[in-house]
Amino acid sequence: MTLRQAQGRLEAVYDNSLPLLQLSGIGKQFGGLSALSDVSLHIQRGEIYGLIGPNGAGKTTLFNVITGLYQPSAGEFQFNGTHYQTGKPHMLAQAGIARTFQNIRLFANLTALENVMIGRHVRTRAGVFGALLRNQATRNEEHAIAERARELLHYVGISQPAQTLAKHLSYGEQRRLEIARALATDPQLLALDEPAAGMNATETASLRTLLQTIRDGGVTVLLIEHDVKLIMGLCDRVAVLDYGKKIAEGVPEEVRKDPAVIDAYLGGGND
Amino acid sequence: MRSDKKSRILFAVLAIALLLLPFITDTLFGRGWVRIVDFAMLYIMLALGLNIVVGYAGLLDLGYIAFFAVGAYCYALTGSPHLALAFPLVFPDGVHLSFWIVLPLAALLAGGFGVLLGAPTLRLRGDYLAIVTLGFGEIIRIFLNNLNAPVNLTNGPQGISRIDAVNVAGAPLSVTQNILGISFPPVHLYFYLFLTFTALVIFVSHRLEKSRIGRAWMAIREDEIAASAMGINTRDLKLLAFAMGAMFGGASGALFAGFQGFVSPESFSLMESIMVLCMVVLGGMGNIIGVILGGVLLAVLPEVLRHSVVPMQQAMFGKIVVDPESLRMLLFGTALIVMMLYRPAGLLPSRVRRRELGSDEVAEKA
Repeated sequence: MTLRQAQGRLEAVYDNSLPLLQLSGIGKQFGGLSALSDVSLHIQRGEIYGLIGPNGAGKTTLFNVITGLYQPSAGEFQFNGTHYQTGKPHMLAQAGIARTFQNIRLFANLTALENVMIGRHVRTRAGVFGALLRNQATRNEEHAIAERARELLHYVGISQPAQTLAKHLSYGEQRRLEIARALATDPQLLALDEPAAGMNATETASLRTLLQTIRDGGVTVLLIEHDVKLIMGLCDRVAVLDYGKKIAEGVPEEVRKDPAVIDAYLGGGND
Repeated sequence: MRSDKKSRILFAVLAIALLLLPFITDTLFGRGWVRIVDFAMLYIMLALGLNIVVGYAGLLDLGYIAFFAVGAYCYALTGSPHLALAFPLVFPDGVHLSFWIVLPLAALLAGGFGVLLGAPTLRLRGDYLAIVTLGFGEIIRIFLNNLNAPVNLTNGPQGISRIDAVNVAGAPLSVTQNILGISFPPVHLYFYLFLTFTALVIFVSHRLEKSRIGRAWMAIREDEIAASAMGINTRDLKLLAFAMGAMFGGASGALFAGFQGFVSPESFSLMESIMVLCMVVLGGMGNIIGVILGGVLLAVLPEVLRHSVVPMQQAMFGKIVVDPESLRMLLFGTALIVMMLYRPAGLLPSRVRRRELGSDEVAEKA
């Protein structure tokens, strides 16, 4: 494993055309239920990759595998040239995968600013002794954390004061705060689980602009979404899951015309 | 700038009041009350330690008093003639280590026990964790109760007595000392010792709260899954919280043993754990000032009751109708129910205060 990891790192350094994320044969069983079977796909650096499918198709399960919440029952994935089979979530965050949650999971009783500051945890170092001594290095670090968190709040467009409790933000702003918190971990891959769910047309439009800005800033985006219009207009490539299997992949226009996809969505066919 | 000056004056007034407190209490209420104040300080230290585990990291610990017990027995064994009973050949006079050597060892040992408790319970939360920690607390107490055979290590239910007093600069705190013509009786001396340690505990709590570590604890408290997805190593940080909390408990335990000169398992009952937890909850979880307030109230109120209820009943009925101890439980229960109904976040919830002060503080930093 270590040799492989080392090799992976070397490849990652020397070959930027290597996919950022590569899944091979991922399967996930829950008891007798197979939530994912043999899912393989790859995501290139700098693209916005969409993951769609009907309810219960396994999108969120796949997300949870990639972000380390679940351990796949079969297969493995490669992120940035390193192989992962078991993922502890904090290790994947360290490696550069950040996520948001389908049903918002902010630190509700902490302020917006603190939420984002917590995102900086993984890129900062101060420990107990730093906290107790509060030496120059720690003070500088704290200052930088707060500074960066403020920048990010501004970046995602949260207009409320930074000291507002997360639970007192509007729904749309809570979704944005989750994105800001995820961005605070300096991710290479930002994985968003239905970021537009429950948003109105205006909010969705500004979300789309935000996601484009994020991508232009060099962060690869993986997006689960139900809003087909958003997916079609935003994503470079799309994969479709149905019953835990990948049934199509490609540029949005092709995928849209794929008979298997139409079948899955319209619920016809027994081929 | 003005508010800074104001808070400095406030701090100075508070410091002077605290320094004079034992003398004021002594003159107004008598020496017994100084002792009660000393105990209140111990409780505050305990409550602040538990606050790290419960208030910051959100891990419900019902066996916290076990760490207090570990610290207390640590000094009881290494600062008394007791071990001469168990090992007469090795320690003919018992062990008499200096308190200042034992204190850090007691804290470390208790911290080790904290990790020992934390490691197997990492996956548990809420009520499940509460039950396991409750069991842990009882196990420690029962061990202390029964470790008088085959080797008499703890002297069982009789406890260990004749524990050496704490020495400061060569002077034992157990005898009245004359400093600059003022005579300081032992309870006063211990008050200043405890005050110093309480200040230290407050300082450590405060620094931890406003740090990267403290934020990570609060993230775990708010949502453990989201915290781990943000790159927080929840396992390590939960263990750290258990260890830090336990260290505070262990240090207060050693202080307790030196102060009392006697320890026995009955000081470490489940009721004591619940009492400390109530101080944290009642005062306001996660808020240092709230927890201190909770500690003072719950440590002092029972004594006030004891001293007021008996004479009151005797005056009214000519005899004691309700025993103060049971009345204490009644009032305690009522107070908790009322609190849960009207101030579920505690007397001084951490957030409200933080929000009031927060904007200034951040503006100052920026």
